[in-house]
Amino acid sequence: MSISREDIEKVAVLARIKVDDEQVSALEKDLGNILDLVDQLSAADTDSVEPMAHPLDAVQRLRPDEVTETNQREAFQAIAPATEDGLYLVPKVIE
Amino acid sequence: MQWDIVIGLEIHVQLATQTKIFSGSSTAYGAEPNTQANAVDLAMPGTLPVPNENAFRYAVMFGLAVNAEIGRRSVFERKNYFYPDLPKGYQTTQLEQPIVGPGYVDVDLANGETKRVRIHHAHLEEDAGKSLHETFFDELGHGMSGIDLNRAGTPLIEVVTEPDMNSAEEAVAFAKKLHSIVTSLGICDGDMSQGSMRFDVNISLKPKGSDQLGTRTETKNLNSFRFMEQAIAHEVERQMDILEDGGRIIQETRLYNGDRDESRSMRTKEEANDYRYFPCPDLLPVVIDDDFIEDARQRLPELPDARKARFKEQYGLNDYDAGLLSGDAKLAAFFEETVEHGKDAKLAANWIQGEFSARLNAEEKTVAESPITGAQLGDLVVRIADNTVSSAGAKKVFEALWTGENDNVDAIIDAKGLKQVSDTGALEAMVDEVLAGMPDQVAQYQNEEDPKKRKKMLGGFMGPLMKASKGQGNPKLFNEILVEKLGG
Repeated sequence: MSISREDIEKVAVLARIKVDDEQVSALEKDLGNILDLVDQLSAADTDSVEPMAHPLDAVQRLRPDEVTETNQREAFQAIAPATEDGLYLVPKVIE
Repeated sequence: MQWDIVIGLEIHVQLATQTKIFSGSSTAYGAEPNTQANAVDLAMPGTLPVPNENAFRYAVMFGLAVNAEIGRRSVFERKNYFYPDLPKGYQTTQLEQPIVGPGYVDVDLANGETKRVRIHHAHLEEDAGKSLHETFFDELGHGMSGIDLNRAGTPLIEVVTEPDMNSAEEAVAFAKKLHSIVTSLGICDGDMSQGSMRFDVNISLKPKGSDQLGTRTETKNLNSFRFMEQAIAHEVERQMDILEDGGRIIQETRLYNGDRDESRSMRTKEEANDYRYFPCPDLLPVVIDDDFIEDARQRLPELPDARKARFKEQYGLNDYDAGLLSGDAKLAAFFEETVEHGKDAKLAANWIQGEFSARLNAEEKTVAESPITGAQLGDLVVRIADNTVSSAGAKKVFEALWTGENDNVDAIIDAKGLKQVSDTGALEAMVDEVLAGMPDQVAQYQNEEDPKKRKKMLGGFMGPLMKASKGQGNPKLFNEILVEKLGG
């Protein structure tokens, strides 16, 4: 299975990854190979297999609704690039 | 051309859990920014989510309350998009296997009809943080946005309806019913001004009678019933204008500005989001067993429909009064407390829907914020019913209770001299005196044959009588004595 240049450009935009024109050609080949590999799985007969959401045959444990976390804002904000008035600052987002 | 309006709703309901859906951080409202945003909420590397049992319990209670199938096995998925208030770069939500399956809600409309609105499903998900687009700058003077992640990870259920509503009134009636259900269940505080319930409205038009749905738009994030009604009216008109000019509707997301009554496009479907959903590998499927469902069922309190029926039966209220008083769980409790102390249910209902509600609205207060208690209003109802105070006097008592001038009904009546004079002898003497001073009006009254006009003319005597009694004469008794003295 092949992947088009448009698909690669679209996925790059969605993933917020900058991809140069030259890189697109290389990615076309690499991603195409990966998809070929995945395609081989389609050859397996899965008629009697139920789709699964998780490879582990286990169920999720739930947690009691009790506050266990304490305020550690200072520690987290110490590694943030910019903060002010207790807020994390990011480049202006305009909708 | 005549058009049919087709409306479907998506409602985000913030669950009233103590902690977040995937972490033990508090969800208390109003904390200092980012003091309730911890490692899991901030998507620090190496953290793993663990789902909150109560979020599931509340979702199941909701499902039972809307006659829905419960998803025995529910799976979380990642909805991928980038926004600064979403630290993980994806929202953990449910898509293929939600916790609540198809159900329905019956809604009583103003015209007396009952409308059934089908629920497509309801799923659990996490809320995002908040962006503050205020005046922050970096060292080069570039504008910055401030991010508060306290809300990030707060549990939500998103309720998705079928497109079963055909007018703004129906949509608002359904929204109010849903509000009433989740607040009665106690799974949501229902405080819309704080975003506890947010509505997205999908609207399309089709030629009257056609069974082919038109292209729809989605108006997002409406946080009051009034805005919702306005936004629907606005969007219906906008679409109608376009269609009647021969144009076509573009499938898009719109934002409505309630203060200006205008809307604008947020994004169109062509550039629409490709969320690339996939099952979240950090979370195993959640299995809900019979015991869990049975336990949730045991926790169901009285729901609005049952409460309405009980109010009619137990208090003899009419359908309208029972509907209004039973909808909001807190208002219903206030009413019952008032009746417990005041005995006269009809009078209590009138005062709650009249003076009490008007005052709450005027001051934009919720029932929980009322400065007076149901017991106090009940005491006042007793004094109105036994004729100790007139309704005008009762309003003064209410005012004093509300402002906190005094918290005891009888003490206020004494202090303000509001006790009605109901001593027939004293009242008769006043009537005699007033009538003696108004011979022309008395003659006019007695010459009038039309009983309606006569009744109206009685009002002319009431003013002077109330004045003579310094406002303390019992108007009902005055009226009776007047009619008798004037000869019918």
